[in-house]
Amino acid sequence: MASLADTHTPGAHGHSSLQHQFDTMEQQKESSTLGMWVFLVTEIMFFGGLFLAYVAYRTRYPEAFAAASHTLDVTMGAVNTAVLICSSLTMALAIWCAQTNRRKGIVLFLLLTILLGAVFLGVKAVEYADKFEHHHVPGASFQFHTEGGHTGAEDPNLAQHTQLFFSLYFVMTGLHATHMIIGIAILGFLAFYAWRGRYDREYHNPLEMTGLYWHFVDIVWIFLFPLLYLLGAHAS
Amino acid sequence: MAEHDSPEKTLRTYILVFVALLVLTFATVLVARINFGAMNDVVAMAIAVTKALLVILFFMHVRHSTRATKLTALAGFFWLALLIGITMLDFKALGKIMDVPLQGVEAPVPGK
Amino acid sequence: MNTHAAAEPLVTPGPETAFERPNYLNAAYGLRSWLLTRDHKRIGILYLISISVFFAIGSLFAFLMRLELLTPEGDLVQPDTYNRLFTMHGVTMVFFFLIPSIPAVLGNFLVPLMIGARDLAFPKLNLASWYVYNLGAIFTLWAIVNGGVDTGWTFYTPFSTSFSNTHVVSTALGVFITGFSSIFTGLNFIVTIHRMRAPGMTWFRLPLFIWSHYATSVIIVLGTPVIAITILMVAAERLLHLGIFDPKLGGDPILFQHLFWFYSHPAVYIMILPAMGVISELVAAFARKPIFGYKFVAFASMAIAVLGFLVWGHHMFVSGQSIYAGTVFSILSMLVAIPSAVKVFNWTATLYEGSISYQTPMLYALGFIGLFTLGGLTGVMLATLGIDVHVHDTYFIVAHFHYIMVGGAIMAYLGGMHYWWPKISGRLYPGFLSKLSALLVFVGFNLTFFPQFILGYLGMPRRYWAYPPEFQVLNVLSTAGASILGVGFALPLFYFIWSMRYGKRSGDNPWGAVGLEWDTTSPPPTENFYTMPVVTHGPYEYNREEVHNRMTEEKTLG
Repeated sequence: MASLADTHTPGAHGHSSLQHQFDTMEQQKESSTLGMWVFLVTEIMFFGGLFLAYVAYRTRYPEAFAAASHTLDVTMGAVNTAVLICSSLTMALAIWCAQTNRRKGIVLFLLLTILLGAVFLGVKAVEYADKFEHHHVPGASFQFHTEGGHTGAEDPNLAQHTQLFFSLYFVMTGLHATHMIIGIAILGFLAFYAWRGRYDREYHNPLEMTGLYWHFVDIVWIFLFPLLYLLGAHAS
Repeated sequence: MAEHDSPEKTLRTYILVFVALLVLTFATVLVARINFGAMNDVVAMAIAVTKALLVILFFMHVRHSTRATKLTALAGFFWLALLIGITMLDFKALGKIMDVPLQGVEAPVPGK
Repeated sequence: MNTHAAAEPLVTPGPETAFERPNYLNAAYGLRSWLLTRDHKRIGILYLISISVFFAIGSLFAFLMRLELLTPEGDLVQPDTYNRLFTMHGVTMVFFFLIPSIPAVLGNFLVPLMIGARDLAFPKLNLASWYVYNLGAIFTLWAIVNGGVDTGWTFYTPFSTSFSNTHVVSTALGVFITGFSSIFTGLNFIVTIHRMRAPGMTWFRLPLFIWSHYATSVIIVLGTPVIAITILMVAAERLLHLGIFDPKLGGDPILFQHLFWFYSHPAVYIMILPAMGVISELVAAFARKPIFGYKFVAFASMAIAVLGFLVWGHHMFVSGQSIYAGTVFSILSMLVAIPSAVKVFNWTATLYEGSISYQTPMLYALGFIGLFTLGGLTGVMLATLGIDVHVHDTYFIVAHFHYIMVGGAIMAYLGGMHYWWPKISGRLYPGFLSKLSALLVFVGFNLTFFPQFILGYLGMPRRYWAYPPEFQVLNVLSTAGASILGVGFALPLFYFIWSMRYGKRSGDNPWGAVGLEWDTTSPPPTENFYTMPVVTHGPYEYNREEVHNRMTEEKTLG
């Protein structure tokens, strides 16, 4: 290949979206997919540190964790779980529309995904407000009152230990929500580009990569929900 | 990545997986309301893992991905298990060791 | 392939016009062409500048520490200041110099060349990683200018979360941000090595430099996020009172240590594996022999990466960790020495009956093999629980890790820079001066750090700004050594820069070495190769017959 010329002219070296360091569209796509998965592995380990802290403290203070978890609204958590599952479906359908050359379908399903994401965040905002009201935010104004069934008999420092739960609750769900916000922002850009006709059967890499990210954020919630909400769901 | 299924089949798969995910969510909430003791955790995690697998294999297309991608995904979860597993060795053992009184050991006296 | 097997670098180079051919350096001029480049070679040079700045800053802190330690009394700085000095020395050297150094400079430059690709898989991500590094650097520099941090580079809680009055959050955020720079580089390498090898470049034809960088990248990707989240938790506790490590709430400082060391132990392998990759290349080139036991060395890199994740508790033997966990970590720590030893044996076996030439890169490589072995052996000593209990937090530990990090990693980095400098710049550096520098580094290094083994064994604690008078002689020797070491480190800076303007043109392959990077011009064109290579044989295909004949000749001549 003697020519060091620009390879962005359509047809000269394949699709106009083929970047110069790649030889074929397939190589580009496989590289992007592998790259996104390597990034998701870093996200697994990133959230993973918080999961470790959760497992460690829950093992040590089971009563406090159950009591604290009991103050979370299981219905809201379950609804949010369903909302995210729906958003994963709409995300997958957006890509399906790209694969079947349905431009308007891509836009529709991307917008639906954004909407569902926003609903999730709205519910979380309500939950956070509730936590503030009940003084369950760790810090100077934290207060925890033991409720029926959790007498704190085995754990004299139960109230203090519940602060560990709530600290983890806010960091874990806060980090998750931050990832959702970033995802929604990216989806917004994608919807705009999709409306302009940038994606079709031959090329829709950004949709696939964002899809991987979005599904991953869903998976994090799939684990957060039972661990945070369902601990104290039964009477002890 | 070549499409391995027809668009119709893919669509059907997505809907099925979606329904399964909702059903499993419902199930995990129901099971949590009953006290099964230690089994509550096991069942909750088993359901969560199943849901995650469904999302990974079908929504994230890992079923059709390259070997490198599959290995990467596996390595990520395995490494998390390593982090939690080995650290918990310390946390689990801590209590046991601290409960056992040291016998027949005297503090060393300087100069002896 | 290579046209001449030169033993001396100062041989007549190719025609002058070869240098004026389009290459990545003259492809475009001006600040914008550098700051907005996507060329992995230019990005490697950008990193070279950034990490050199931080090396200078970290060295300054070290020098001030060694000045204080000339006398037993604390008479140069306040004890609080001393705490900040050793903390910032550790933070800048570990996170802003050692971890990026070889991968971000030599790795970025060489990985695409060595596998026959036009660039890395994600060139824009590569540039972004450099900017992210600098962003993190700014946070840390701000903290330094405003008094630094006094927690030790290890940020142990609850001191770092509840009690320290210094700029913990900004330093920690600086490290957090720069961690992403590391992650992006590792991600880029993994995808590039998997998907962008030239036709015929199978996994077992890859140079060992590539294997090392692949293993390093795996560690980066799996480990760095854990320290990232740990730092975030510390910041959340300080800023938002979300007390995850607060003992008053039942929080556990040992949990912090588990999370911290889960990354920070593999981090030392991030620092040494690329160095080992460099050494493999240097030993092969300057013994003119293939590396003995290639597959063993390649698998050893992967073994180090995996085993390195299973040993972090050896930093916590005296922390309150359970004895049960301690014994498990002790045994695993001894196991991890095995693949490292395999490499040392194989390099040594490569030297045997090789045709050795003592060019500057080889001097560094030989120094590495000896000093890394010493550092590694003391590591096995430390893996022994019974010994570590006595020498933990003494200068024995300080000496151990400096043998590996300076005697090992930095010497490999310098060796690599000297070996590939002609490839990077198209120029040669003065041979006498470079060999002198290598000698100064070796002598200075040993004088600085060997006394510290003795000091530690005698019981002198680390991170102390004053000490009992009987330790003074050894401390004075150490400081003297540090001065010599400093000169040895400073000289290359000057002659490398000098060579860019006044150095002899090197020609495409001054060493007569074998490797895809040597099959293209020095400096290479932007797209790396004029014709994309097709690989038909393994690495290090030096002319064995020629070597054997020469050996036979020497024997008959008596």
